[in-house]
Amino acid sequence: MRAGLEIAPSPHVASGARVEHIMRDVVIALAPVTVFAVWLFGLAALVTLAAATAAAVLAEHAAARLRGVPTTVGDWSAAVTGLVYGLTLPPALPLWMTVLGAAVGVAGGKLLFGGLGGNVFNPALVGRAFLQAAFPAAMTSWQAPLADGRFTALPTSTLAAPLAAPHYDAVTGATPLAAMKFEHEPTATADLLLGLTSGSTGETCALLLLAGGAWLALRRVLDWRIPTAILATVAAASAAAHAAAPERFAPPLFMLLSGGLLLGALYMATDPVASPSTAAGAWVYGALIGTLVVVIRFFGGLPEGVMYAILMANATSPLIDRWLRPAPPRRHAARDDG
Amino acid sequence: MWPLAAHTFPHGVDVPDDKAATRGLPIRPFPFAPMLLLPLAQAAGEPPIPVVRDGQEVVRGQLLARADGFRSVPLHAPASGRVRRVARVPDASGAPVAGIHLEPWPGSTQELPEGTPCDPARATPREIIDAVQAAGIVGLGGAAFPTHVKLAAHEHRDIDTVLVNGVECEPCLTTDHRVMLEQAADVWRGVRYLLAAAGAARAVIAVEANKRDAATALERARPDDLPGTVQVLPVHYPQGAERILVDSVLGRAVPAGGHPADVGAVCLNVATTAEIGRLLPHGRGIVERVVTVTGTAVAHPGNYRIPIGTPLGFVLEHAGAHGPLGRVFLGGPMMGHAVPGLDVPVTKGATGVVAMRAGAGAAPREHPCIHCGRCVRACPLWLDPSRLGLLARHGRYAEMRDEHRLAECFECGACAYVCPAHIPLVQLVRAAKSALRDEAA
Repeated sequence: MRAGLEIAPSPHVASGARVEHIMRDVVIALAPVTVFAVWLFGLAALVTLAAATAAAVLAEHAAARLRGVPTTVGDWSAAVTGLVYGLTLPPALPLWMTVLGAAVGVAGGKLLFGGLGGNVFNPALVGRAFLQAAFPAAMTSWQAPLADGRFTALPTSTLAAPLAAPHYDAVTGATPLAAMKFEHEPTATADLLLGLTSGSTGETCALLLLAGGAWLALRRVLDWRIPTAILATVAAASAAAHAAAPERFAPPLFMLLSGGLLLGALYMATDPVASPSTAAGAWVYGALIGTLVVVIRFFGGLPEGVMYAILMANATSPLIDRWLRPAPPRRHAARDDG
Repeated sequence: MWPLAAHTFPHGVDVPDDKAATRGLPIRPFPFAPMLLLPLAQAAGEPPIPVVRDGQEVVRGQLLARADGFRSVPLHAPASGRVRRVARVPDASGAPVAGIHLEPWPGSTQELPEGTPCDPARATPREIIDAVQAAGIVGLGGAAFPTHVKLAAHEHRDIDTVLVNGVECEPCLTTDHRVMLEQAADVWRGVRYLLAAAGAARAVIAVEANKRDAATALERARPDDLPGTVQVLPVHYPQGAERILVDSVLGRAVPAGGHPADVGAVCLNVATTAEIGRLLPHGRGIVERVVTVTGTAVAHPGNYRIPIGTPLGFVLEHAGAHGPLGRVFLGGPMMGHAVPGLDVPVTKGATGVVAMRAGAGAAPREHPCIHCGRCVRACPLWLDPSRLGLLARHGRYAEMRDEHRLAECFECGACAYVCPAHIPLVQLVRAAKSALRDEAA
């Protein structure tokens, strides 16, 4: 026996939880949604998702090289950002926009703030918000679901030349939210659940989104309070509004299942970095997102409001954490239970 | 047979208890090392003053150093032998501290002479407290706080309950478990002293649910005239931390910076209680303690009654440690202290010696904090470890103290245990506390 012992601070055991596993679990949870998106929208979705993920990972890697530090792509966070970002895009979005938005999201939304753990906003949504501001027309041009020939050819818009106005094929469809907002045309609940509608690449199938989210919540990868608070607030607010003016405001079930609400509530609002870390904070933050979603959808110019709702709430989460610090539950005066 | 207490504490973590290797092994005696290294300061408070000189022959149990004031704890000779020299010995961090080198006689029968007995039925509280001090007893659960100082709290506060801590929530350790099984009578005798000393009306012995056999042994051995109960608590880390236990068992919140005495309780470790019950009737001082020796590098893990001052090298040699050693720590895996060398001796506060084989796997890469909140939900004190860690990294120690209750952290390690980014949160907290201490000094 010789000395030369290993010195390390306690504890000398660990739970085995790892950042890489948490991030990888998100990718696994989204795998069914991803496969479904490719089935629904064909090659366009495949190319969009692959390009978004690859661009995000490459941007992360390139940034590490520029800073002269070991690459951080091994933590899987860039892959999660890229995949989630891709799922929020219209499937037929021009490829160059997809790549540009991913780079803006990772570089501007995350690396400018110091990389993993430092970002104030969800990087995937920063990328999407940039595209929404820069290319509003392309970001609201939707491919119809289950289009013929979707596995054999890409939409012409996907391969549009950079900076040129993309040409869209005839087969475009309104999203359920747009149909409701502009034409007061509801979508069948079954179609919303199964995801057989037009919309962003990965937002359509409520059942698969919920299943993946439930799995993540069971694995404690996401804080169930956040989506619960968001969905409960949206349901309550829209139920009240719908009861008051049914012809003007959509019913709660439609509000819950349409648009990017489930994708956002389960996979983006729950980004731990940009959300509060206490249980009380999670409730406040979720309720804030739910309220903003309903306000934007009902009273804003756009049919959808999940992205801006989450980004605005992201900005408040440091404040929420400051106000709602963890504190032990208030105890009653000393009691005797002998 | 043992219904779980309904009331336990929120937060905390579930840690595999890893006690299977030694929980079934009876306490065995341990040989004397060729040289015992005895730091004078083995407890909080003033170190005792040596009353022996270089070369002096001593008998086992003889006073080597006398208490220096009320908060000080005396030191007794763990073996009959010769004081080689009064000189520096390594403490747990390897730093040299004032101490005594004692060379046991190889041929001695190592008899323990009788001292002045203390009778719990007749002695005044003050006499019992003095006897506990004279016996050199400190918290044997790891904290090594002078036991008599805790007991004296009743002189300022009304104490209604003596809470005996047999929780042993640290993984790997089974000393309290074995003591409860094998020394149940000593435990109750100790409780008798404690009740008398603290002027308390009742005693509760708290045991974690993975030691129901110990609870049964205690219940069987309980004298009918003693107002004591045994309570079984759910296995949850850190159930055995003093303020957590007072809350779990009595439903009383110990105020921040306060003591259990502030809410009418004294809380003592069960091995400490057994030692009081074993020593005071004979007026003897503490010369040995039960230590769990285990770990991947140990061929013969077990619970050994090891003389105070035995160097870890000797301990591991006799427990059959083999192969190149990696990490060796005193105490359990959650709060134990990694030692830099094997000349570090077993002291009164050493609950376990855990030796791991080298190359047990490189530490996983550290990542930035992703604010997942696992540490916040693990902290039994409802601190915000992620924020504390971040502030420590930026040297904002005063802010940690003033706004984030730094001083309350007792470094249980639950936060670092669950952290998926492998941030050394306990180390950061310690660094902050130490920097603030230096600043104040």
